[in-house]
Amino acid sequence: MFPTNKPDPSLLRGMTRSRLGRRDALRLGGLSAMGAFLAACGVEGKGKPQASVAPDAVAKFWADKTQNGKVSFAGWPLYMDPKKPELKKFTQKTGIQVTYDEVIQEMAPWFAKVQPQLSAGQSIGYDVMVITNSSQFGQFRDSGFLAPLDHAKLPNYAANAAKSYATSSYDPGNVFSIPYASGITGIAYDPRKIKEPITKLSDLWNPKYKGKVGMFRDLQELGNFGLLAAGIDPARSTEADWQKGAAKLKEQKEAGIVRNYYDQAYVDALGKGEVWMTMAWSGDIFQKNVSDGTNFKFVIPEDGGTIWTDNMTIPVTAENPVDAIMLMDFLYELENATTLAEYINYVCPVPAAQAQMKKHAAAQTGEDKAYLLSVAESPLVFPGEAEYKRLHYYVDFNTAEEKKDFERVFQPIVLG
Amino acid sequence: MDRVKRTLTPYLLVLPGGLWLLLFFAVPMATMLSLSLQEGDIVNGFVFTGHWQNYVDSISAYQTQLIRSLVYGAITSVILIVLAFPVAYWIAFYGGKKKATYLFLILLPFFVSFVLRTISWRMLLTDDGVLLHPLKEAGLLPAGFQVLGTAGAVISGLVYSFLPFMVLPIYVALERIDPRVVEAARDLYASPLTSFRKIIFPLALPGVFAGVLMTFVPATSDYVNSELLGSSGTTMIGQVIQSQFLSNSDYPSASALSFTLMAVLLIGVFAYARALGTEDVMKVAAR
Repeated sequence: MFPTNKPDPSLLRGMTRSRLGRRDALRLGGLSAMGAFLAACGVEGKGKPQASVAPDAVAKFWADKTQNGKVSFAGWPLYMDPKKPELKKFTQKTGIQVTYDEVIQEMAPWFAKVQPQLSAGQSIGYDVMVITNSSQFGQFRDSGFLAPLDHAKLPNYAANAAKSYATSSYDPGNVFSIPYASGITGIAYDPRKIKEPITKLSDLWNPKYKGKVGMFRDLQELGNFGLLAAGIDPARSTEADWQKGAAKLKEQKEAGIVRNYYDQAYVDALGKGEVWMTMAWSGDIFQKNVSDGTNFKFVIPEDGGTIWTDNMTIPVTAENPVDAIMLMDFLYELENATTLAEYINYVCPVPAAQAQMKKHAAAQTGEDKAYLLSVAESPLVFPGEAEYKRLHYYVDFNTAEEKKDFERVFQPIVLG
Repeated sequence: MDRVKRTLTPYLLVLPGGLWLLLFFAVPMATMLSLSLQEGDIVNGFVFTGHWQNYVDSISAYQTQLIRSLVYGAITSVILIVLAFPVAYWIAFYGGKKKATYLFLILLPFFVSFVLRTISWRMLLTDDGVLLHPLKEAGLLPAGFQVLGTAGAVISGLVYSFLPFMVLPIYVALERIDPRVVEAARDLYASPLTSFRKIIFPLALPGVFAGVLMTFVPATSDYVNSELLGSSGTTMIGQVIQSQFLSNSDYPSASALSFTLMAVLLIGVFAYARALGTEDVMKVAAR
């Protein structure tokens, strides 16, 4: 059931997410196709920041929508069992045909790819898309590209989701999104090379490990850690705080402590000994250890790590929104949430899935049983209260100008 | 009727290629130029305002990377000349019947994807990889020694990537040298060194020039090698442009940097042509 000789999923994801992929070419292609239009009148935006949603927005959006018997889902690579058991069950139960495409590999290019269609009011060909709560989430939301969710159609979500998601800073009250899975950004290290236990953010600043520390190149991830190290909560940070965070990161860089700023290639760098300690995503380290037999440690720093969430959303131009919201709710049925988490190893938004997973484990034997138990007991798949207390949300930008300022503050650190 | 046909023929011949260039080169270029002078952001849209400040801002923010790229490109070209000249010389004058085979061998690595080859460099040179690990175990190198992430690694990668583009033009130039000219130099008591210096090298110069053109320009704007073999301290301008375009959606600043790079490269190439005494760059390149 869980062959251990499969290629390292995190490596595969790293490759598909590579910055040199075809999607860059596509994106640039799209850019030049917009050419003549651009030259004449610039790029049209949809800028009307939505501080709040009109009270009748939900009713208005859903009033004339009907079930169409099909739905298409835009997901990420390696984010669902390739055999798609959950989707097959959904089709069996409802008769709705599901098209599942792993078309999203990075947030910024995805936003740029669908932005022209969405701002022209055209369908992007997908009814559900899974987007991270990064700054692009704000761009989608503020451009009015996300359909307001009708929570009357989400009974399983109401019954099974962890309550903390309703108070997120990026989408309070889950007006536009419900989580698909979350992940934790913390510190991973190789205990063969680092003999002392790593517990705090300041360990990433330890001059003893000069040239052997990896940081993320994603500006939000990097900025978050700079801010946390400076004792600032990213979700509540101001522009003056960003300067402090950047100063902290600059100090780390100028001391020669940072080997490099990585995208998902950090997993590889850790495996090859390029870095001994690095910023890391929880699921990657878990999967790396399971598939390669490595024994890397992942810790949520005492003084804070971050939690990010990939969210299911419905583009405002979706052709089959009713089918889409049915599928979203279906994934919140206990059994489905459980099997999904068993495969992807990221934080499951349904707390009760833990007990369910243990039940599954009890029904298995040998290696499968051990695997399921290790997933069920992992604090990285089911973080406890203690973990959640240490986790912070991302910086939330109110305006595009703010995001630009943030990038201006942190970009020079990555691009030496 | 015939006369009309005759006047039209050249235009008709140029038409497909011309349209192609217009559509895929001229239009995007005009777009980029316009973008580089626009203001705004991706959510609210970009508007043309003739905002020259984009150039000032982006150059002042990223001049380090721009200068670094030019330096890397220049070093790469010089190393390439030193490496490629003897190879091309040997194939041209001593290759005999197997010339085609040797040229094929030079090109052989290029049947494997460029990115894949650079990634295999990573595997070879990485800190605990096949090369460095035994040396570190044997105590010949300190445990913290690294090749990856240094300027040396990036320049080596660039040299490797562009070697054939230097070998081939030099080879073509050397191939064309009439052997009797060299023989005549010998007959006139020129030493081998003198005949190389006074006859062969000057005749090969157009090849060297074309080689530099074909390597310096792409090496300077390359971002793959620095991305895969370098680190934050070796960031090249291509990487900056790429991340401004593809992660920050800051099209104006990315376009401004692209145009700056293009201008700098054009000025560099023409200055180089002037220095070599080559009046017409394109004529030499076309030879």
